[in-house]
Amino acid sequence: MPIQKRCTVVGMTRLNPTTYWMVLEVGKMVEELGLRAGQFLHVACGEGNLLRRPISVALAYPDEPEDTAALIFEVKGEGTRWLSRRQAGDQVDVIGPLGNGFAVEQGGRYLLVGGGIGVPPLLGYGECFQKNAVAVLGFRSADRVILADRFQACCEEVYLCTDDGSAGRHGFVDAQVRDILEKDQSFTAVLACGPRPMLKNVAAAAAEFGVPCQVSMEERMACGVGACLGCAIQMADGTMKHVCKDGPVFDAEEVDWNV
Amino acid sequence: MSEREKRFDCPEAAGGPVCTPEPERARISGSETVRPEKKSFAVDQSVTLAGVCMKNPVVVASGTFGFGREYGQFYDLSELGGICCKGLTLHRREGNPPPRIAETPMGILNSVGLQNPGVDAFIEHELPELRKHELAVIANISGSTPEEYGVMCGKLSAAGVDLIEVNISCPNVKAGGLAYGTRPELAAEVTAVAKAHAGTVPVMVKLSPNVTDITEIARAAADAGADALSLINTLRGMRIDVRTRRPILRMNTGGLSGPAVLPVAVRMVWEVHQAVDLPILGMGGVSKGEDAAQLMLAGASAVAVGTACFADPYAPVRVRDGLAELAEEQGLARVAQLTGGVLPW
Repeated sequence: MPIQKRCTVVGMTRLNPTTYWMVLEVGKMVEELGLRAGQFLHVACGEGNLLRRPISVALAYPDEPEDTAALIFEVKGEGTRWLSRRQAGDQVDVIGPLGNGFAVEQGGRYLLVGGGIGVPPLLGYGECFQKNAVAVLGFRSADRVILADRFQACCEEVYLCTDDGSAGRHGFVDAQVRDILEKDQSFTAVLACGPRPMLKNVAAAAAEFGVPCQVSMEERMACGVGACLGCAIQMADGTMKHVCKDGPVFDAEEVDWNV
Repeated sequence: MSEREKRFDCPEAAGGPVCTPEPERARISGSETVRPEKKSFAVDQSVTLAGVCMKNPVVVASGTFGFGREYGQFYDLSELGGICCKGLTLHRREGNPPPRIAETPMGILNSVGLQNPGVDAFIEHELPELRKHELAVIANISGSTPEEYGVMCGKLSAAGVDLIEVNISCPNVKAGGLAYGTRPELAAEVTAVAKAHAGTVPVMVKLSPNVTDITEIARAAADAGADALSLINTLRGMRIDVRTRRPILRMNTGGLSGPAVLPVAVRMVWEVHQAVDLPILGMGGVSKGEDAAQLMLAGASAVAVGTACFADPYAPVRVRDGLAELAEEQGLARVAQLTGGVLPW
């Protein structure tokens, strides 16, 4: 059950010129409401912006005196610019926990696939699997790379890809995913988060090798709680589901990728 | 390094120590759960809309509040005067393809397109849930033919809703919808059919602002037997991404709501209140008590809060309290005394 909370910023770090790592004190949202990575908080971004911004939770830890959650976001417009100017000690108004997060099981082995700002929500999973995950991280170029060291520290292996070849493998993550799955299909599932074309290709690669795939999707959102039906995603069976309430994580197979 | 610092340490962070928690500053407040404080008022907040008594004049607008389940997680729906339920059609509808939402200056555009489970599913699954709370249940219906409106009114009347809001003004569907709301003779026909099938349940016709003269449509609905009017629905609008040159909405255009439309709503309520002798549910951009008071002074008997819920789930409760506070400040015995009280120049 979500609540509305004014949370204090306890950490604010710039990871690259447009990406920020914000740590919030979230009361007992982790222990009592089960907030976890892959879910999102709906964050009010200043007076002039009517709508909240849905921001994925990268890490969530029970803590004293309050639980903490890390939100890693990219400055894309006025709202996120406002958010990037918050400092430790400031407060932000959030609604959460919202959304479902990835469905994972204890002892499972996972292939984490992230693209750009889709990388952060996977971090909490990498850290929780303790070396039982392989990560494929894609970025536009070397100067956009974030969190690679954190994934290195917690994953069995990390493959870096960049669109321009300035770091890691030259090309998109789905080619790397194909190479990995070709040799090793022993993953419990592929967990992917990133832009829609990337998710579509990763889903196709996973399907090719018979490995289940979950994708975390984005859509323009208003209420965040399932009331307004704004953030619709078309399903393969012709129905609509909603990113805020049914997602953001969906089984890749249920999504209609051809729209 | 403390445990907390280690958890949020990022070696690649650009320059300086990373994620430095500033415990002294941060400890000033920690986090606090947001809830409006419970207030009690001496002023009588009850109102009557087309014979339906509500304990306060604040209802939530159709399409912004689902069937109450989501926001019911934040507070008891009995806090509200009533709920205009998500727009229903005779059969289930999946609605329009995404993107369906675009933010605009002090407003939002939507093109949801009446996604809903259909009138029968509403009666079976949603109405019994809503009946567990004390609030007026207002069913909102759209049809693609007058007959469809009639069938739905028959079903809803038998199921026992408090009021039927006949939507003749949805800008997001191709058949029916807006066409009925922009032509007086069609508005009259739909109103008459709805009335003929609604039995004892009062019928409120929801008007479109996308017309040259809203009083024409208001008069047509009134003459055809409407028991109340609600206005305004959203204003048609458009937003374009200048880089891709694509409209943000997949349907190109959508309906504008939010604070940006409040002055239009106030003006139209005022015009309609002068033109016809029917109670009005006023809506459009209400996010605080003062906004609601403006609509009531212009002639509304009750007000609906919609888009404001997206930013603040408690908006309807705050509007209710703000309105009561304002009425008390003005020494009124009843909030309802605001209705029609504007003193035009």
